Amino acid sequence: MVDAVRLLQLVINGAAAGCIYGLIALGFVLIYKATEMINFAQGDIMMLGGFFAFALIAHVGLNYWVGAALAIALTAAFGFALDALILRRVIGQPQFAVVMLTLGLGFIFRAVAGITWGYDSVGFETPFTNRTVKLGGLVLGADNLSIIIGTVVLCAVLYMFFSRTRLGIAMQASSQNQLAAYYMGIPVRTVFSLIWAISSGVAAVAAILLAPVSMIDVNMGFLGIKAFAAAVLGGFGSIPGALVGGVIVGISEQLSGYYLPAGFQEVTANVVLLGTLVLRPQGLFSDALRKRV
Amino acid sequence: MRILFRTSYRQDLRLWRHAGDLFWYGLLGIVLLLIPATLGEFYVGELGGVFIFAIAGVGLMMLTGYTGLVNLGHAAFLGIGAYTNAVLLHAGVPFIITLPAAGLMAALAGVVIGIPTLRMSGLYLAIATLAFGAIVGTVLQKWDSVTGGFDGFAVPTPSIFGWPIEGATGVYYLSLAVLVFVLWVGANVLRTPLGRAMVAIRDSEISAQSMGINLALYKTVAFAISAGMTGLAGALFAHYVRFLAPDSFDILLSIQFVTIVFVGGLGSLHGAVFGALFVRLLPQAIAIMRDDLPFGIGRMPGLEPSLFGLILVLCILFEPAGIYGRWLKTKRWFQDYPLHRRSAKRRQKSYARSERLR
Repeated sequence: MVDAVRLLQLVINGAAAGCIYGLIALGFVLIYKATEMINFAQGDIMMLGGFFAFALIAHVGLNYWVGAALAIALTAAFGFALDALILRRVIGQPQFAVVMLTLGLGFIFRAVAGITWGYDSVGFETPFTNRTVKLGGLVLGADNLSIIIGTVVLCAVLYMFFSRTRLGIAMQASSQNQLAAYYMGIPVRTVFSLIWAISSGVAAVAAILLAPVSMIDVNMGFLGIKAFAAAVLGGFGSIPGALVGGVIVGISEQLSGYYLPAGFQEVTANVVLLGTLVLRPQGLFSDALRKRV
Repeated sequence: MRILFRTSYRQDLRLWRHAGDLFWYGLLGIVLLLIPATLGEFYVGELGGVFIFAIAGVGLMMLTGYTGLVNLGHAAFLGIGAYTNAVLLHAGVPFIITLPAAGLMAALAGVVIGIPTLRMSGLYLAIATLAFGAIVGTVLQKWDSVTGGFDGFAVPTPSIFGWPIEGATGVYYLSLAVLVFVLWVGANVLRTPLGRAMVAIRDSEISAQSMGINLALYKTVAFAISAGMTGLAGALFAHYVRFLAPDSFDILLSIQFVTIVFVGGLGSLHGAVFGALFVRLLPQAIAIMRDDLPFGIGRMPGLEPSLFGLILVLCILFEPAGIYGRWLKTKRWFQDYPLHRRSAKRRQKSYARSERLR
């Protein structure tokens, strides 16, 4: 007999972890849709975002909300510069050159963060740390709830941005057809850099939401590998797919940690990833299309 | 400048192009054979490590450099080879059998990962192999009844026909022999229809397919060859470190292999060896210069992986042909000395091939 309350709690914890995976995956998908690059350094950019927030809130002593907003802006600016200065140069080289380039950049970010902020785990005080919310028989951590609510709010904002604003529509246009976008007078290069800025900003949001649950440390970026499972499960070109994929990965991870022997929890995300690639490589949310010759 | 005239089919089949090649490679061989007699044990051990990484590098070169399939989980094959060798030796199987068994086991693993990834290309393959590497790493850690888990696994001393292979010198000669064998296999494979098919797949899958190349078959074979070579390297690696720890076959090691291939120069067997020299000797160079570097840079933790990252980035941005490409360019410059033209080595502009469907 499965305990229903216990199960529900596992599902909610899993959904919270899954939202983080989904947010990182969202960064992958945004960049992939626009420039056909995969940013293997996305997890490390998230780590940098977390450390920016830590530096602003714990060291400078800013208010949580002000510090978080500043950290997000800083990370976004960093992403913009990264594209404008480095990644734009490799357009036209074989795809795995980009893979290697971003992997290498990830290692550099990790070392720079380690040298600047040290290799120990750090944390900062948030309004959600160590608080619980009681809903009937359920005891939920405010930190987990804040992750879920934050993700939903962020997605709503992003949805409004992409469908309602001029810039958002310009971004969609340049993702769909670069040449046509140029003809319509859209500054495609700047728009691509702005997409990098948005995806870095989203990564920073993920890091800040994650801060009350787990500490910030240099190896946080390895979460990015799990986020691949989310992105692939969602079909790698679909924004809602990335989030749903993230939640599925997060929940299955929690459940396998509880019901399966030790050791299975670590590999769940990777098994889901390989399974998806074998059984349904186009992902859950994408139409099957053959490659055009 | 030397111009080669081919006057017989036999000449076209030779592994060396002209007498000069034969002379220099022969000289290199003699020097390598004499090194343990002249240099100290430390250098002999380090060079043994270089050979082992060069073997794995040749393996990855067959896959990434010649077939165009990225593998970010190459350390998994090394780990499978190392543990197969160690466990079999522990069970009392002679080394002359465990070494090929390690290669075969890794090749089998290569087929297992190769078949489901056949339908993927480029980015998906990179992600899938990354996941595969992570799974193998976790299995090695958790399956402690076989691998000993985090307690590690002491590797017994191997012996060939009653001759024990001991110390740095033994590993050195053994690795050198296997490296020569692997290079010979690689160079020969590349001249056969199999090798031509692999290069055709690298250059364009669609055109290879329309020429009648069975993509699934050749990709799987490429995975098997690559993994088998790396399995051999793994068996030697087990004797090189003498004590296996499951967490040494992680993504960092995979990245080192990728760095070997990229920095050495994609699409050349020479590149694999140059890359291995570079990747293995760089940490030593850092260790030697540690105290002389300004601002205490040498003492910072995490210096090594970041340097690997930095070198990878610089190499992709400024010299995609790697060390071997640079060497060829320098050689050309000297060969046509007064007549050198800048345009001779300008990179051709290429356009990204879109994977978009609409």
